[in-house]
Amino acid sequence: MDLRLTEREAAFQAECRAWLRGNVPRGPALSGDTQAGFDAHRVWERALFDAGFAVVNWPEAYGGRGATPIEWLLFEEAYYAAGAPPRITQNGIFLLGPSLFEFGTPDQQTRYLRRMAAAEDLWCQGWSEPGSGSDLSSVRSRATRVETPERTGWLLSGQKTWCTRGAYCNKLFGLFRTNPDVPKHKGLTYFLVALDAPGVTVRPVERLDGDPGFAEVFFDDVFVPDTDVLGGVDRGWNVAMATTSSERGLNLRSPGRFLATVDRLIALWKAAGRPERHREALARAYIDAESYRLFTLQMATRLADGESIGAEASLSKVFWSELDVRLHETAMGLLAAGAEFPDDPWVRGFMFSLAGPIYAGTNEIQRNIVAERLLGLPRRAG
Amino acid sequence: MRFALTDEHTALARGVRDALVRVCPPERVRAASEGPLDRGLWGALAELGLFSLRVPVSHEGLGLGALDAALALEELGRAAVPGPVAETLAVAAPLLANTPWAARIASGEVIVAVADPFAPHVPWAADADAVLVPTTEGYVCLPRADYTTAGRDSVDPTRRLAQVSARPGVESRPTYGGGQVLDLGALAAAAQLVGLGRAMLDRTVAYAQVREQFGQPIGAFQAVKHTLADALLALEFARPQVLAAAWALDAGEADASMRVSMAKATASDAAWQAARAALQVHGAIAYTTEYDLHLWMKRTWALAAAWGDAAFHRARVADFTL
Repeated sequence: MDLRLTEREAAFQAECRAWLRGNVPRGPALSGDTQAGFDAHRVWERALFDAGFAVVNWPEAYGGRGATPIEWLLFEEAYYAAGAPPRITQNGIFLLGPSLFEFGTPDQQTRYLRRMAAAEDLWCQGWSEPGSGSDLSSVRSRATRVETPERTGWLLSGQKTWCTRGAYCNKLFGLFRTNPDVPKHKGLTYFLVALDAPGVTVRPVERLDGDPGFAEVFFDDVFVPDTDVLGGVDRGWNVAMATTSSERGLNLRSPGRFLATVDRLIALWKAAGRPERHREALARAYIDAESYRLFTLQMATRLADGESIGAEASLSKVFWSELDVRLHETAMGLLAAGAEFPDDPWVRGFMFSLAGPIYAGTNEIQRNIVAERLLGLPRRAG
Repeated sequence: MRFALTDEHTALARGVRDALVRVCPPERVRAASEGPLDRGLWGALAELGLFSLRVPVSHEGLGLGALDAALALEELGRAAVPGPVAETLAVAAPLLANTPWAARIASGEVIVAVADPFAPHVPWAADADAVLVPTTEGYVCLPRADYTTAGRDSVDPTRRLAQVSARPGVESRPTYGGGQVLDLGALAAAAQLVGLGRAMLDRTVAYAQVREQFGQPIGAFQAVKHTLADALLALEFARPQVLAAAWALDAGEADASMRVSMAKATASDAAWQAARAALQVHGAIAYTTEYDLHLWMKRTWALAAAWGDAAFHRARVADFTL
């Protein structure tokens, strides 16, 4: 047990900080969920990639530098502390990337990983449907077999919803039903889909925080070749569950994000005249962010030791998502009447934090997983 | 950076846990509410080497650190072991490490009670062989003959409180520690609270797996699942704080005191939450004293209040960071 940095970790941290200090774009941040902002973000992602910082924990062959899980955490901490832009590549690199490494063919890894890391392809997730949210395995969008002299593969039909940044992405990874005759989670296949293919319609959906970056995606006999099936026909659920675990656990929300939020919260408190009545809330904010950092360090050490993270990822997801809401509620309290102004970054951050307990698997589902898989409580009968 | 226990740590914790199942089953906890300090139990704990953990090797001890002690204390909390065990092993032993007291503590010969700087009563002072009490210059160690006590009940019937009055002539004694005592005591309480909380949660999970209503175990119902999941969440995020604080004390880190405060605040709240969840899921059965849960709950309340409560320690964190 040692919470001090090794020499290598300290050198890596210094390198990250120095590069970020010299390269993070100045000026007001553009939203990653509008077209103009999106284009600016792609430029930033390319700069990260060229400097070797886009996917630090990936192998060099795909644009990474083989960083350890601890080093990845240090990079993230430096990234958020530097106020760097949100990662528009995150759905790809955090959710699809690990699945490609685990389940992808060499051809798929070659075709997709570097482009993903360099933001040449931008991926959105096609999971939910109007009739399938928490009950993900009930999805009904279909993939039917097509075999002609001209093409062999699948035709996708149906609708996906809540696709973050779907309006600006060119690729989608999604679950479609290839076999309606078996139990629901056994008949799903994980497809890698080009959104510029004939038959795709993307319809933007506005979110409560005002960003238009959500989308519904409609599929009308969209062709996908066999080479864009990830992990095998009817095996999609296994692939997706691996992904979803990354999403809930180490990858999606690193402690650095919340440590930086706490730093900004402390600055906000000071700017508000250090009001005594908020002092305890500030202390709680600091302590809880540190609890999350330590818990994540614990998980990262296990990953570094070759162990895998199981349902503990669900504990993590509940904790960070509710922490984020609390941090922003505290901020709203400090803003007082200013909490009514939607152009204040804290107000937008508060609205976005409300989504945290919902996405990446609702916290109700996460608590069920914790209770059943970590505590061993029985499933509901009937 | 590594946040992981060594195999030696894990073996120590396991060894203490298994031994305490033998040496201090719930009946022995219950018995502590009915009689004086159990010296037989103390001797059994001494035989396990618990009191030598923090005594230097030069004084017949094992010379281990705060992290090893924290792991042992978590198990002592899990078993709700009665008596000033934490005070002796985790506060008195390091404080008196280079004095003649040390070897006598290690052997189990001497039981030491320690005054929490905020409480008017010292747990177990009447039963102890010596007591560490604060003065303006630091803590002094008074042998039993040098103080009188007036007893007071605790909400925890297995904990005996006493107001300590030193006999005249105390002022010429050597003093020890100071700020260190609060850190050691608060961390020891925090470690026990994590064990207490986990014990209450585990017992409740076991109950929820067998108690049936409406044709199935009550643990199948989502309300029960979520209540217990939230208790686990609190404990699982408090425990790393305790381990990190113990490590920081051993490593001489500049922020060790702040880490102790974070540990005490989070562990107090987590154990409290586990106690409430345990009682609620059990229902009325656990509201009776025939069922053991109340002993764990009351110990939790007592330790959550001792050595600075959660609010005190959050204020201390605010002082350090804001």
